Amino acid sequence: MSSNTLTAAEASGPQKPAAGFEGDRQDNTLGGAVRGYVDKLRGGDLGALPAVLGIITLGILFTVLRPGTFLSPINLANLAVQATPIIVLAMGLVFVLLLGEIDLSAGVVSGVCSAVLAQLLVQAGVGWPIAVLAAIATGAVIGMFTGSLVGMVGIPSFVVTLALFLGWQGVTLRLIGQGGTVPVREPVIRALANENLPLAVGWALAVLVAVAYAVVELWRWRAKRARDLAHQPLLLVVLRVVLMAVVVLGVTAILSQDRALSAAVDLAGIPYAIPLVILLLLVVTFVLSRTSFGRHMYAVGGNAEAARRAGINVTRIRVMAFVISSSLAAISGILATSRLSSVTPDAGAGNTLLYAVGAAVIGGTSLFGGRGRARDALLGGLVIAIIANGLGLLGVAAYLNFVITGGVLLLAASVDALARRRAATAR
Amino acid sequence: MSAPERDHGTTAVGRPTLELRGVDKSFGAVQVLHDVHLTVYPGKVTALVGDNGAGKSTLIKGIAGIHPFDSGEVEFEGERVTLHSPRDAAKLGIEVVYQDLALADNLDVVQNMFLGRERKRGVLLDEQSMEVAARETLAKLSVRTLKSVRQLVSSLSGGQRQTVAIAKAVLWESKLVILDEPTAALGVAQTRQVLDLVRRLADAGHAVVFITHNMVDVFEVADRVAALYLGRVAADVPIDQVDRTQVIELITSGRSGDLGLSAEDLED
Repeated sequence: MSSNTLTAAEASGPQKPAAGFEGDRQDNTLGGAVRGYVDKLRGGDLGALPAVLGIITLGILFTVLRPGTFLSPINLANLAVQATPIIVLAMGLVFVLLLGEIDLSAGVVSGVCSAVLAQLLVQAGVGWPIAVLAAIATGAVIGMFTGSLVGMVGIPSFVVTLALFLGWQGVTLRLIGQGGTVPVREPVIRALANENLPLAVGWALAVLVAVAYAVVELWRWRAKRARDLAHQPLLLVVLRVVLMAVVVLGVTAILSQDRALSAAVDLAGIPYAIPLVILLLLVVTFVLSRTSFGRHMYAVGGNAEAARRAGINVTRIRVMAFVISSSLAAISGILATSRLSSVTPDAGAGNTLLYAVGAAVIGGTSLFGGRGRARDALLGGLVIAIIANGLGLLGVAAYLNFVITGGVLLLAASVDALARRRAATAR
Repeated sequence: MSAPERDHGTTAVGRPTLELRGVDKSFGAVQVLHDVHLTVYPGKVTALVGDNGAGKSTLIKGIAGIHPFDSGEVEFEGERVTLHSPRDAAKLGIEVVYQDLALADNLDVVQNMFLGRERKRGVLLDEQSMEVAARETLAKLSVRTLKSVRQLVSSLSGGQRQTVAIAKAVLWESKLVILDEPTAALGVAQTRQVLDLVRRLADAGHAVVFITHNMVDVFEVADRVAALYLGRVAADVPIDQVDRTQVIELITSGRSGDLGLSAEDLED
């Protein structure tokens, strides 16, 4: 592989020193990739490992404790739908956490947005597209407000969002009314969490996703290799492609089984909420990893001063993080509304935010900023949903439910803090 | 996006890249720089020395446009220019490599080198062309210590981080590179690497201003030495006209033999 470095050096002009990027050469073998991964873990970057281990361990645990129930198609479909609002809220929080900030009001913002949605649908009687747009716009405006207080006025985000956590609950209460519940029967909104894609469409989408992933990954690998850039070994790329196909098609197969409790009705297919979450996942991943805006988010989170000196508008990035976070919170609120088919005055309060922060952190997003991805929200959200779902199946007392979920967040935060310390001392 | 083309052919070594004439700077009632004259040549390393508080940082911050000068003339490649903001300085091709480096730990080498000036194709980042350019720049500087250009900066040693910061200046075709104590926190071997790099930087035609407290470094790489004493330039001379003792005298008392500030200057 020494030709790699030679070509790079030759292209550089009169001097022809060997560049000698030994690591790039190692990368091209599977052994090198494995060593690189182990180094990364040692360096304190655990990536998706805790979440994947969590999903497997908890899956086995609840299967053993509730055999027949936990892995039943109806419970798995239920679990997936249960996870969607958590995942979307966590996805928004990833942006805020990336900057090393926190948004304690994200949960109740989703509540305010659901209340706006519900009242527009029920009281004003507008169509669902307008109601949905209004809910998301409400989220964006709220995010702009929070972000301005943090980024422009300079109040610590912890304090701003703690104040808003209380404030927005008041607004939701005013919108919905004391003790009231606004039922949402609008068919499209209700369908999100309660209706399924036709089986054929579900399969077609699944195959499309698996194939598209394979094509993109292999094409990128080829392009990098052709230009002698740092790339992973082909075997690893193929393994990833196969794993993705197995997961996507496997989930589709499970959700395509008839899960109706009575033989008289058919209940099968992928709930509409799932492709929506996948779409958001793709968009957020794209923004964070393929655009300069995303790159600047990481830069501000990693070293705000360096970003400022590099000419990045740090204030704008801060404000935008909150705008995106609150807009995604609005979508999370819409999904929650669909699942419950109603909005209550305490929508988005309680443990909603704790679940979402937990999801992001378990997935691998750092509370200290600079590290996080969209997929963290997905994986971590699944872990949280499995815990909530499993504890529900076990019928544990409410107090234990709180204690356990709080404990899991603490555990994830400890792992994050220890990994960070490790990374600092490894240098 | 595109940095102005550097042309080795027409940039005669004789013409200074940067020339400061009678530059003053005050912060409130405190005058930090008095009538500073400094000339920086392409292809030469100018060591800027002076005790703490002599005005070195103020001087480079003025050149970088962070704290603009109050009065005096600044010529860049023979033309009068104003340096009122970091943007002005960047546009001219002045790059400052700060002591605290200004790199983002969580980004890799390529991402750091292009930070704030990413190459794009449409809305997409053009990762491949950025990686190629980063590699070429590092190869040009004969940087052999990096394992991979896709390594996170957090995994680099102090010397390697300095290397990346300097390579960034080269990547952007900077005409004038100002290095703020680049060897301050480094070990022996790493200092060696950075000094070699500074030399290659000048040999490639860049004008280099090198701030340091270390006399060994000065005589190792510098072509010229400019000594600041209480906000005045005590001397701005070729390195072969002074020896170590003289430079230290210039730093500590502003005078050394017939070099340095006049008694009149030293009084006020």
